[in-house]
Amino acid sequence: MATITFDGIEVEVPDNSTILQAARKIGGSVVPPAMCYYEPLKGSGGKCRACLVKVTAGSAKDPRPMPKLVASCITPVQDGMIVENTLNEEVLKTRKGIVEFLLINHPLDCPICDQAGECDLQNFAFEHGTVAQRYEEERRTYDMVDIGPYIKLHMNRCILCYRCVYTADQLTNKRVHGVLNRGDHSEIGTYIANSIDNDFSGNVIDVCPVGALTDKTFRFKNRVWFTKPVDAHRDCPTCSGKVVLWYRGADVLRVTARKNAYNEVEEFICNTCRFDKKATSDWVIDGPRKIDQASVISQNQYAQNTVIPAFTKTVTEGYTEVNDTLPEHKQLAAKN
Amino acid sequence: MAIKILSEHFDTPGIETLEVYRSKGGYRAVEKALKTMSPDEVVEEVKKSGLRGRGGAGFPTGMKWSFIDKKSGNPRYLVCNADESEPGTFKDRHLMAKSPHSLVEGMIVSSYALGANLSYIYIRGELLYVLRILEKAIAEAYAAGLLGKNIMGTGYDLDLFVTPGGGAYICGEETALIESLEGKRGNPRNKPPFPAVKGLWQNPTVVNNVETIAAVPWIVNNTGDEYAKIGIGRSTGTKLISACGHLNKPGVYEIELGLPVEEFLYSDEYCGGIWKGRKLKAVVAGGSSVPILPAELILKTVNGENRLMSYESLSDGGFATGTMLGSGGFIAYDETSCIVRNTWNFSRFYHHESCGQCSPCREGTGWMEKVLHRIENGHGSMHDIDLLVDVAKKIEGNTICPLGDAAAWPVASAIRHFRHEFEWHIQHPAEATKPGAVYKPEFAAVTA
Ligand SMILES: Cc1cc2nc3c(=O)[nH]c(=O)nc-3n(C[C@H](O)[C@H](O)[C@H](O)COP(=O)(O)O)c2cc1C
Ligand code: SF4
Ligand code: SF4
Ligand code: FES
Repeated sequence: MATITFDGIEVEVPDNSTILQAARKIGGSVVPPAMCYYEPLKGSGGKCRACLVKVTAGSAKDPRPMPKLVASCITPVQDGMIVENTLNEEVLKTRKGIVEFLLINHPLDCPICDQAGECDLQNFAFEHGTVAQRYEEERRTYDMVDIGPYIKLHMNRCILCYRCVYTADQLTNKRVHGVLNRGDHSEIGTYIANSIDNDFSGNVIDVCPVGALTDKTFRFKNRVWFTKPVDAHRDCPTCSGKVVLWYRGADVLRVTARKNAYNEVEEFICNTCRFDKKATSDWVIDGPRKIDQASVISQNQYAQNTVIPAFTKTVTEGYTEVNDTLPEHKQLAAKN
Repeated sequence: MAIKILSEHFDTPGIETLEVYRSKGGYRAVEKALKTMSPDEVVEEVKKSGLRGRGGAGFPTGMKWSFIDKKSGNPRYLVCNADESEPGTFKDRHLMAKSPHSLVEGMIVSSYALGANLSYIYIRGELLYVLRILEKAIAEAYAAGLLGKNIMGTGYDLDLFVTPGGGAYICGEETALIESLEGKRGNPRNKPPFPAVKGLWQNPTVVNNVETIAAVPWIVNNTGDEYAKIGIGRSTGTKLISACGHLNKPGVYEIELGLPVEEFLYSDEYCGGIWKGRKLKAVVAGGSSVPILPAELILKTVNGENRLMSYESLSDGGFATGTMLGSGGFIAYDETSCIVRNTWNFSRFYHHESCGQCSPCREGTGWMEKVLHRIENGHGSMHDIDLLVDVAKKIEGNTICPLGDAAAWPVASAIRHFRHEFEWHIQHPAEATKPGAVYKPEFAAVTA
């Protein structure tokens, strides 16, 4: 076991845990956001950089700080490590930058996106972003693609977290789903426009943090916050059969896997459960599902989930700084 | 005459053949190492030599070799990084094309030192003709019993393969290279684990640059102590510099580390001065990734000392007034060069070559390129300059691999040292977008 201090709170975790796992053990508002890491998927994490934290002491043996911010989702803990997240100005500043990077090429089409209301990017931007917008260039765009009869790929919204790639790799027996091209022109490909016909392919919808992969049987049917989640199960020969049914009135509009507080699937489900069983009579109802997240689904509105540290102002100031250097502003400042 | 370790026989006719190479003393190091030295003794000599990685980072090679995990009992690999794609860098190509056996000999000796029985040369895909030269050299070495089973009757086995990449700059990053070599998409890995523990096929691996490996036979033949006498301070030995840009004599030169930059630029033995009798404006000293420096700062440090071609002297002053030796891609710019256009061009490269895994680099490189493109084409605004600085800062240090830094540094340094040129471009779009337009110091009075 190793003991680390995370944002001033001591926590003990097994030796090969990551910093993020330690923070999640503490829970609540100190937990760094994770846009690409997904505990059930081997090899995920390290890509989005949303979870960057400052290690101010590497370990009890070697208490030197780490020179750069590290991705908490992939950095292993050491006994005596001291980590700062919400207490560290550099971390919060950088995280604002990450929100901005993830949004510059994002279409911001939340009003017509099925993911809105349960979107990790929306939550991330709401909690860590700024209102200001500095990007004036054209956004990259792609055509929408149908991958198979059930799934729509809306590449414009993708943040290239690779979760769906790992899912396709680890859950389905035939990987037809990878990344094509490089850089900001990368895209999720299915070699090429090959449909994913596999019993578990629907899970890519659940792992996708944004509305890039959506359920065609649910598209545009309803806003998620108008639907009521209910835990249910059935005797399924292919998967565990443990799901969440999303009701509007008496109709099941959507079936998803059950997810934990970090939006991670507890047990992956098969396509039959997800797409074909949309009658209450197909299921044994377990009871209403509580959505623990500070999400619009449970609260009907956005709730600020983070502690606001004293230096928040300086963190956002980084953004107005840019405009303050405009000659007009300088002249104004000189006058005052 | 300056000392030549790597390039001594570059111009010897037929040196690409085993026969001529051997007649010039080639493969003596293989014989000496395999027959009279233990692998650890070879590592020890390389440590003593002070040889540092020539791929860009300058990490001490002997130390890197001693990190390789020998305890696990897993097979170990040596991989030679011949992906050379950094703009301005073309020294490895020259070495391999001219004297392929130098690399093959280096690979045998280095593989022996590391206990590797299977080694790879990962070569940039565009260099197919060099790949053919190397394959020929390797075939000759096999035929002569210098590769394969029981080399020179010593019981040591080594197989050596050359594998071409697909033409991605990112595959020069060592972990992306390993992924690519494994047949996967060339995405850099998160570190740790480092390749010395989990590299190729998850086994202990050392990745070294072509030039690094090619220097090892000399060290084995002449001892590490002798090598350490060459050069200056912790920059021991010689370095190949590929010089290009507005020079009278661009080309690949072997220099003793510690050579004054001024001598390298102006003496007839090396670059022979700036072409057309023009004045030097700026230099990128170590490949496109390193910070650009204006002429004053490349010739002298901020303390007025002569700047030398060495790891320490070039980085004197940190990034505020210094740069890096990097890979040795030396690009000179004369007074007619437009720094804004050059910065845009570099950022276009990094935008194109980012693998796209991590958000700061994937999104930031494209953003910087687009803003620079706007400025270059007369559509910039003054706040774009600080925006660029801020975006570069938000990329730097926050990415999986150093390509993010490499994309940020050229932009940040160009603005640091040539801010007035960016301002001029933005404030005088009509003049700045005329073909061949370039900022001149006398504009300063007008702009201010
Ligand atoms: C984006 C990127 C590209 C690189 N390209 C090369 C290259 O083409 N050749 C090379 O030797 N090293 C390259 N490197 C450095 C390698 O990662 C690695 O440090 C080097 O091969 C180690 O060899 P050395 O210790 O002999 O220098 C690159 C690094 C990065 C981040
Ligand atoms: S489609 Fe979704 S899950 Fe796949 S990489 Fe993009 S954002 Fe991630
Ligand atoms: S820094 Fe750029 S090139 Fe390196 S892993 Fe990240 S996206 Fe890829
Ligand atoms: S969650 Fe850690 S980098 Fe994405």
